[in-house]
Formats: sequence, structure tokens, C-alpha cells
Amino acid sequence: MKFGVVTFPGSNCNQDMVYVLKEKLNQEVVELWHKNTSIEGCDAIVLPGGFSYGDYLRSGAIARFSPLMKEVISHAQNGGIVIGVCNGFQILCESGLLPGALLHNNNQKFICKNVWLKAESKTARLTKNLHHDKAYKIPIAHGEGRYFANENILKDLNDNDQILFRYCNEAAEVSQDCNPNGSQENIAGICNKNKNVFGMMPHPERAADISLGNTDGLSIFESLLNTITA
Amino acid sequence: MNTTKNATVSTVEQAVELGLKKDEFQHICDIMGRTPNFTELSIYSVMWSEHCSYKNSIKWLKTLPKDGPHMLVKAGEENAGLVDIGDGLACAFKIESHNHPSALEPYQGAATGVGGINRDIFTMGARPVAQLNSLRFGKVDSDRTKWLVKGVVKGIGDYGNSFGIPIVGGEVFFDECYDQNPLVNAFSAGIMKVGDMISATASGVGNPVFIVGSSTGKDGIHGAAFASKDITEDSMDDLPSVQVGDPFQEKLLLEATLELAKTDAVVGMQDMGAAGITCSTSEMSAAGGVGMKIDLDKVPTRQKNMKDWEILLSESQERMLVVVEKGKEAIVQAIFDKWDLNCEEIGEVIEGDVLEFHMGGELVAKLSPDSLVLGGGAPIYNREYKEPAYYQEFKKFSIDSIEQPSDLKNVGQFLLEHPNVASKKWVYEQYDSMVGTVNMSTNNPTDAGIVNIKDTNKALAMCVDCNSRYVNADPEIGTSIAVSEAARNITVSGGHPSAITNCLNFGNPYNPESYWQFVGAIKGMSAACEKFKTPVTGGNVSFYNQSVIDGNEVPVFPTPTIGMLGVVEDKAHITSLNFKEKGDLIFLLGKSVEDIGSSEYLYSYHGVKESPVPYFNMQEEFELHSAVKTLIHQNWITAAHDCSDGGLFIALSEMGMAGSLGFDIVTDSEIREDAFLFGECQGRVVVTIDRDLEDEFVECIEKTNVPFILLGHVTKGKVVIDDEHYGFINEFKEKFDLALEKRLV
Repeated sequence: MKFGVVTFPGSNCNQDMVYVLKEKLNQEVVELWHKNTSIEGCDAIVLPGGFSYGDYLRSGAIARFSPLMKEVISHAQNGGIVIGVCNGFQILCESGLLPGALLHNNNQKFICKNVWLKAESKTARLTKNLHHDKAYKIPIAHGEGRYFANENILKDLNDNDQILFRYCNEAAEVSQDCNPNGSQENIAGICNKNKNVFGMMPHPERAADISLGNTDGLSIFESLLNTITA
Repeated sequence: MNTTKNATVSTVEQAVELGLKKDEFQHICDIMGRTPNFTELSIYSVMWSEHCSYKNSIKWLKTLPKDGPHMLVKAGEENAGLVDIGDGLACAFKIESHNHPSALEPYQGAATGVGGINRDIFTMGARPVAQLNSLRFGKVDSDRTKWLVKGVVKGIGDYGNSFGIPIVGGEVFFDECYDQNPLVNAFSAGIMKVGDMISATASGVGNPVFIVGSSTGKDGIHGAAFASKDITEDSMDDLPSVQVGDPFQEKLLLEATLELAKTDAVVGMQDMGAAGITCSTSEMSAAGGVGMKIDLDKVPTRQKNMKDWEILLSESQERMLVVVEKGKEAIVQAIFDKWDLNCEEIGEVIEGDVLEFHMGGELVAKLSPDSLVLGGGAPIYNREYKEPAYYQEFKKFSIDSIEQPSDLKNVGQFLLEHPNVASKKWVYEQYDSMVGTVNMSTNNPTDAGIVNIKDTNKALAMCVDCNSRYVNADPEIGTSIAVSEAARNITVSGGHPSAITNCLNFGNPYNPESYWQFVGAIKGMSAACEKFKTPVTGGNVSFYNQSVIDGNEVPVFPTPTIGMLGVVEDKAHITSLNFKEKGDLIFLLGKSVEDIGSSEYLYSYHGVKESPVPYFNMQEEFELHSAVKTLIHQNWITAAHDCSDGGLFIALSEMGMAGSLGFDIVTDSEIREDAFLFGECQGRVVVTIDRDLEDEFVECIEKTNVPFILLGHVTKGKVVIDDEHYGFINEFKEKFDLALEKRLV
């Protein structure tokens, strides 16, 4: 599968993503500069984490106007795969490819730590092949990660099986105690109705190298790759 | 000189107001063969300031060991030291203080400290890979401390998180001596290929000189120094004396700079920190034995109508001075255009020891760059020093004056929740510690931060250490301890100590008793660095750190923070500190001494603030490290952790909390139980082994010269000492994790 990892000015997880896709998953990867006007024939586009445009104004608010985003949006509208992690998720919400918004964490502080995730959607490719009763240890690192959407959106997300991940405890139980940032319904990641655009605040690429002692994130990428090739 | 605009000569009164001494003014007149104009005087005043010239410290700094087999760049030669780490790679690393700005404006002060230290690394062509920081604040419960802690931590986090380099370790310490004057020391390390270094040297007459990055504004000009009526404009009142940081610009500058480093267009490059354009032009010229002609009209500015000296002295952040090979200007321009950054040609390299600044078509300053810089004409002073009376007083302490508390469990709980011992989680969770996917300590906690070098079998180990209470009790031994503790942390984590950088935070150098502390620290550092073969690659000196306590000006504890770099030759050697298995045997390596001097236990629990430095023997320490290295290489131990603040009890508790397992131990009957558990005598490491390997392990350790005892074993969760139940490890953890947050909120 050919991945395109986008670099916006201020992206800082782009190289981490490239490394995992290339070295740990043996995928073809091209780096796409935000000023480009072509996605170079990629099957999947990844918007990585970081602070695009310094996150000035609002996280992800300026990046969506980058020239390449036009192409990314049309790729998504044609059913192409788009994955946004952390700042990438924020950009997807800002650009309207995913519903809802990501607000300041409820403690008003940046939080970086390992959290537990429960994979929810059994139909979305990113979570389809995961164990749905197991907790995955994946790190978060964000100041604005509190997922917020109105009741109608939340109902749609639940009804259409669009919720990818919820924050949970080590035993995969979802409760307020293990909600790190105040997200509604402990939501850590969602997809669109067509299930080709995925956004998540936690960083699976940070849990994908055995030398760092945690490879839970690899399973998430593998779920996507397995469902694609199958 | 044919200047018209600034033809008015300066006066000795102005010199004094700018912070120069009267005799220094005379010296400047002698060098120039005339009286400087105001702009020139301003340039001398910043270049000859303590911060840039090291005039009161350089004599002693030169006595530090600088040589080592792996040194590629030695102290003082470039922006940071450079160490060969094998596999064709080199590591640039350095620590720097931002104490005074952080005392005034903690958020920006700390943020720009992070920005500055990282620029020192990437200006050499190295990509920063890890950061650490060492922070010291006053009494934890004071409103000022809470304000400072929150501002500093947010400043470091907001800048570093956006810039995108992980923080892999650090220290936070509270004591009333830092009430007015916190210490904010930031460390950064970067990696590059050997041979790819960009030097901070100008050369090649006719080569163009560029300024790149942010525009130059009025921020960071030393407002206080310009309080003279003759020169102050009304607008000066509004100038912030603290610089303002923009991590986004820094990130762009990093990427553009490293892209530029890959081309053959760069002759030399230096970042702009203290004294901005003045410092970078003079240092690069002096280093290359050339001059520069700079047109200040071409410098992109944020404000209109900036004066020549404002442009010259501005400390606006995120800027670099680049000397480019003539004819390759377009290459540089294209890279900075791509990253939407300023890139302006502002002058050229000229022949001779001469620095010319022009503005409005006139020559506004003409000086000798060599006369401005450290190692050139900047003054070097010998300062008096005198042993203070307290030093001998502290030594009079005897453990017999302290009665052992009847309930040691209480002491243990007190220490677990003490802000100097308790988890710093509230702090470090606000920092991105995992960006870059190189932090190997996240899931396997280690005494030193371990940084993966991808696609090799190696890793880097790094830590920052200084127990300033020990240094206060005995500057020489206390500083040897700081170096040894750093080496111990690296060794128990599976690394080999390689080199150090230092951040020397002291009081007023003109106070002979403060200066005595400085001299002692240098001697102690030299001794330990010789012993552990860790040359000093550079760092910085911050004098004038003092607080007012009960109406008296009191220097902060002398705080020579040691930033140590180590290399892990084989990732299989990495040894984490958490207990692994119930039933594993726990051994204490190193000699236990009946000593509670300068311990957190004595100082905070008993409130005894005057006691000597803890027991320390460098030879024993060295032998301990060798033994630990052998045990790790032979694959004996399952966990290792050094005994430091809070003593053995805290070391064991930390190993337990990290592994969610308890311990059952017996203390040494020869030594008072409180001293054994809570004393901070140096040179001790706790290790665990598989219980089936006891005999072989003992046989192996007996071959070394290192004393050892079997303490006990790892339990499922219960903590038992001398058959007394101390509680469960998960209860410990809850208190330990939340204690600091409770005190700060």
C-alpha cells in the first residue's frame, strides 16, 4: 500500500510516522510537502501529529488551507483513505472531513502519558481486526484533545458504528475515571460515515517499536493493512 | 573614525550605567585609541558582561579537564561540545541557565531558555534528539513558588512540545534559598554524522553574511542598563527585558537550517543568543581571524525606526547569522523561501580585525572583534575567595544529637510525600516525552534517560544531577558527588559515562565567600571528571543568584548542575529500575555508613539544616561502578537503581512502585536503622537477581572489591522491614504520585 505522509510547517510526528510505516510495516511511503498540489498517487494519506502553523489561532485551523489539503479532501470524497493522528485529527475536524471538534483538555494542561484504549467499531478498517474486549496501551500527547460534538452527531456516530476508540482502563472498562481529557463519551477516535477517513488523538506510531517496549500501536496499522489486502 | 551620526563620545558615567567598571572603560579607550561612541560602548558593555565574557570564571574553568579520547570539539571551541559516539555519529550536547529571566517572567523565561539551548545544538548541524531540565524553586507552599513552578513548567512544555523534541529526564528541587531566585537549567543533545559539523567561524573575504529567521525587535534589550537620562527614549519604559519565544519559528528554523547544512553553501553559522547580532558577528569574526562589514538597514525589523544599538543588542529569538560561500546565495534563499522564513544578506566578510556597522549610509561603529571576545581582549579577573565560617560549623554535627524516631514508618511516609522526593509526574506529564519515538525509558524506567539511536545497536544515556544541599555543605566534595551520581545513574542504566556539560549557578563572584564555593566546586568537579574520565565539554556560568531571606541577601545554594552523556554500546545492556518478579533477591552493593549528614531526612524531618556532606569516597564509588558494569554485562541483574535522595528506603520504594511489587528486607544490625534506611551516604546501588542464581551471583560479586549484603526479596505487594509491616506498595504509589500536585494546586 502506498502511504503519503504530509508535512505541514510545524508537523513534528511526520518522521515518526514515516519510520513506522516504512521500517516496521514495510510499506511504500512518500513524504508530501503541504505546498504540493498532488498526492502522487497514494492510496492512503496520513496527517501526522505536531503543531501545524504553531497551532496559532486554533489547532489545525490554518493547516486546512494548505494547497495540498484540497487534494486530500477530494481524495477522501472519492473514498480514499485518510488518517489523522493528534494534530492530524484536529485538521480533519477543522476541514469538515470528520464531525465534531477538539477542545482544550478539561484540566487546561498538556498531557503526555500512556493511556488504555478500547477498540469499538467492528466495521471500520482501522479497528475491525482488533480485539474488542482488550485494552491497547497507546500514548497521548496533546493540549487540545477533548472531543466534543452535539447530541445528533454523537447519536449518528454511535448508530453508524463510527466510534473507533474510547479511553478505558487496563481491563478495557470504559468509565470517567480513565478519561484523560474530558472527551464526550470517552471518545478517543472516530471515522466518517463512509469509514474511509479516520481520526484519533492517541499516537499509535509511538507504540510500534519493540525497542521502546510497547507494540500495541502496530496492531492498529495491521488492522488497516489486513482489511485492505484481504 | 568618520562617523557623524554617533559622533558624540560616551562617558565613564554611561559606561558604569551599562554595567562596566571604571577601569574597564579606560581599558576600552586604550584599545580603541580613542573614546568609544555610545553604540560602541554598548557593544563592549554586553560583550564584556559576565554572561558573554566569563571574566570572573574563565581562569578557573580553564583548569577543568577537557581532553578525552572521544572529544571532537572541546569546551569553548564551538557553541556546544561534540563527542564521538561511534558508528560514524557524533553527539552535541550542552546545558544552559535561564534563571534571571525566569524569575521575572517564568513562562517566557523558561520557554526562551529551551529555545536557546536547542539553537546551540542545531546551529552546529546536529538534529536535537532529547532534552532534560533541572529546576529549583523556593518553599513549595509559597504563592510565589506556585506561580513560578506553573509558569516555568508551562513555558518549557509549550515551547518544547511544539518544537517537538522529547524531554527524557530532569530534576526538580525545592528549598527556601531559591525563594526569590529560581534556577532553570535546560539541557539538549543532538546527533549528526561525524565530519558534518558546521563551525561558528567566518572566513573567506568577500563571502556574504546573512541573517535568517525571525525579524529583529526591541525585545530582550537590557532595559535596566539603559536607564540613563541621556539616552532613554520614552518608549524604552515599555520594553520587556525578557525575550519572547516562538517555538513555531524555531521549528521552521531547525528544519531550514538542517536542510542548509546538507548543502555546500555554508561557510559558518552561529545562533543569536545573548547580545544578538553583536555577539554572533564578533565571535564568528574573531574565530576566523577576519572582519565583517554589516549594513544594519538590511536587518528585517519588527518595529520602525529602531536605533542602531537597539538592532545590535536585540535578543529577539529564533535568529541565526550565516556566512555563505559567494555565488551560492540562491541555494540559501531557496531553502528559507520554502520554509517561509526571512533570509537577508546584511553584509560581507572583510579583511582584518575590524567590525564595521553601517546604518543610514553612515558608519555607526567600528571596533576590533578580537578585543570583544573571550580568549581575545575581554578582561580576565582573579577573584578573592575566603572559606566561610559555616563550613566548619556544619562539620560539628553528630548523629548522636538526633534521637531515632520511634516510628520509622512515619518517616518513610513523610519522605514519600516530600516534594523533593515525591514523583514529579505533575511536572513531566506536561512535557512531550515520546515525540521522536526514541525514549526507551517510557515503558522501562531507568535512572538515566535512554535515547534510542535508530538502526544501530546503540543508545544514548543522559541525566542531569546536582544535590545542591551537599554542595553547600562542602562545595568540593558535593560537586564530586554530583558528577559521581550522574555517572552512577548512567552506569546502573547500562551505559558508559562519556562526557559532561555543566551549568554553574552561584552567588555574587565579588563576594569572597560565594567565590570560595565556586572555586571548591571547580576543584571537586575536576577531581571526579578525571576519575570517571568524563571531560567537560562546556556549559555556562550564572552568577548573581541570590534571595533575600529575613532582610539579608543570601546566595542560593551553590548549584553546579551536571549534565552527563553516556553511551549504551549494546541495547541488551539497558537495565531498568523496576522490580520484575516476586521472589527475586534484593542486594545492596556498596558500603553502608552510619551517616545522615545533609539528608532529606535530617534536613526536613528533623529540621536540622546544618550538617556536613554525606559520606563519599571516590575510589569506592569508582569500584562500585566497575562492579555494576560487570554484573550488567554478564547479565546477572534484573533491576538496578541507585540510592540517592531519601536513601535506601526511597530507592526500594521506587523500584517497587515502578514494578507494582513490594519488598521484604532486613536492615544491617551494625548501623542505626534510621541511618541505614534514610541516610544518604554515597556509593550504594540496589540490584535484584533471579533467586535461583544466588550462589553464582555471590561468587561473581565476591571477585570485585565491593561490599554487598543480601537485603531480602521482592514480594507481591507488601512492604516489610525487619518483620514490621510498612503498608502496601500501591498505597505508597498513590501518595507518591499525588503528593506534589496536592501541594502545588
